[in-house]
Amino acid sequence: MKNSPVITVKNISKSYNISHEMKASAGNVTFRDAIINTLKKPKELLTGHLMKKEKFWALKGIDFEINKGEVVGIIGKNGSGKSTLLKIMSRITEPTTGEIVMNGRVASLLEVGTGFHPELTGRENVYFNGSILGMKKKEIDAKFDEIVAFSEVEKFLDTPVKFYSSGMYVRLAFAVAAHLDPDILIIDEVLAVGDAAFQKKCLNKMKQSAAEGRTVLFVSHSMQAVQSLCNKAVLLEKGKIVEIGSTEKVYKKYMGTKQKGKTKFSNFRNNFNEGSRIEISSLEIFKGDKATSNFSYGDGMKVKLNMKNTMPKEELRVDVNIITEDGFRVACFTGKTLARNNKQLEINIPELSLSDGDYSANISIISQDQIVEQLIQDAFYFEVLESDNLVSGGSNAYYKNVEVK
Amino acid sequence: MHTETVVIKPKGKLSISWKELKAYRELFFYFAWRDVKVRYKQTVIGASWVILQPLSQMIIFTVFFNKVAGIGSGNAAVPYAIFSYTGLLFWNLFNGSITRVSNSMVDNQGVITKIYFPRIILPFSSVIVGLIDFLFAFLVFVGLMIWFKFPPTWEAVVLLIPAIFFTCLTALGVGMFFAALNVKYRDVKQIVPFLLSVGLFVTPVIYPVTSIPQQFQWLLYLNPMTAIINMMRSSFLNTSPINWPLTFLSLAVCLVAFVVGFAYFKSTEREFADII
Repeated sequence: MKNSPVITVKNISKSYNISHEMKASAGNVTFRDAIINTLKKPKELLTGHLMKKEKFWALKGIDFEINKGEVVGIIGKNGSGKSTLLKIMSRITEPTTGEIVMNGRVASLLEVGTGFHPELTGRENVYFNGSILGMKKKEIDAKFDEIVAFSEVEKFLDTPVKFYSSGMYVRLAFAVAAHLDPDILIIDEVLAVGDAAFQKKCLNKMKQSAAEGRTVLFVSHSMQAVQSLCNKAVLLEKGKIVEIGSTEKVYKKYMGTKQKGKTKFSNFRNNFNEGSRIEISSLEIFKGDKATSNFSYGDGMKVKLNMKNTMPKEELRVDVNIITEDGFRVACFTGKTLARNNKQLEINIPELSLSDGDYSANISIISQDQIVEQLIQDAFYFEVLESDNLVSGGSNAYYKNVEVK
Repeated sequence: MHTETVVIKPKGKLSISWKELKAYRELFFYFAWRDVKVRYKQTVIGASWVILQPLSQMIIFTVFFNKVAGIGSGNAAVPYAIFSYTGLLFWNLFNGSITRVSNSMVDNQGVITKIYFPRIILPFSSVIVGLIDFLFAFLVFVGLMIWFKFPPTWEAVVLLIPAIFFTCLTALGVGMFFAALNVKYRDVKQIVPFLLSVGLFVTPVIYPVTSIPQQFQWLLYLNPMTAIINMMRSSFLNTSPINWPLTFLSLAVCLVAFVVGFAYFKSTEREFADII
């Protein structure tokens, strides 16, 4: 019994109907639309142009097994179906076909602080959130002191959480999640929040649970995150598994499928939950005034960010981390600017001292009180072409202050 | 060693797992507890609103419908104030429950899209808040009974619980239907208050059933609230005898409403997270 799989996924598929049905999913459909659509139908029946209901397969024929104690990363680009798989495995949505069997107590975390109510106090939210995550009252009672100690918000336990800073809020929410005691933990990339010290604490807690023989399923679009946490990975593309196996094997395949030549990037997975004051919507990379993804050693790079920003006058720091194909951070460009509800940011990197190769970049935006407001992993990709004037060694990790406006 | 097994597969449309509901019973109470807690936060007089609302409605009704428009209770021995309060007591339970139940899915969409639990616990837990309001409003009713010197009858005591039960059942049936529809069409949020304001007039809250010509009374009884309010007035205030055949017609409508609402909710439930 010891090596029998704890999770068996058999032939899981999920289809959505597009055409006017898909409009319903936007939640903006009104009775008027519905009535008009039904009125249109008989007409189309007569003319023979019956509306085709197109089926879109978000996932198709997914099979895999996970053994006890494995930490498995599920990785794929936006639209690869990994979020759908995550939702099916957390039972939020039903599969169209197939079956999943999970042996053990399952907890899924798609968000920290699900159900937190701003009017309730910290203490009340711990109970409500714990209950929503599947803890019994007795369990919460028993772990309450531990949760509070972990969150470091003892003093404000009886204050409504609407008065909490975003850091306190996240710490309390994560503290509850960290004290779940499941056999199988399904998590979304929700960990990259809070201040650095707290992030470290959370990661340690995660590693500890893995060491205790828990099975962890980690859904991410960041290869780096998967590499640092998981020993096995599943790579999804267009709703199908393209590779499964050791993280290394999957990593190689993943690098092969990466897009090249793109200069505009959008549809980011903004990692922060409710309460984040900045959301990055799209960005474009330039060399001088020309949009390009090809650079040479020593070239300057300009990154123009479009974002939603509700931060009033406050200084913010922007970090751009450059990551090599192998997942090493080779440069960190950092700059400060004053936020004033501005919708655009321009980051001017004067010189890329990078040797030839493919790179990706993470962008993080940090507020004055050292809270990560937003973190976009693999925000953009670019290539440094071979050039003659290569200076010795090339890529040594370096920090550089850059201009942000 | 005890282990749990979770099996995920496409479910039948109307499948209900009692075992699962039992496992989630604590969450059911937590939802109700949260709604009660949040309800009067940041208000000055807090829970007093629960009592003020029906009392002020009673006063307004007595002034305008009784004194100005001349509508009576249909029985000279029964003051209009307590007559209308009896109606309001149950109408408000019905009204509040339907409103809360039909908004229960949309109000909790943040939770619905992020975590699994049997969705059906949301409409049911929404009714609890209404019941607690009812409890306070009922205390006022007891006060009015003493004030107007109406001694409680055995009939009233026996029929009280069924009356509350059927009020909630009807509200749940109609509410679940609207809750499911609300997921898809946000128009529901506008329609429900409108329908309820019409409902107040096609339910004998302001006027006695006996003011309607005998041969048309059955039409009013198609509305379950008619039977419930009339039954309560009849047993507590001795207004007019209970018309049992028509009362059973009302209760049959109530059961149909509950079954239809529940079935519609269950059959659309699995799409909720996708389209909310």
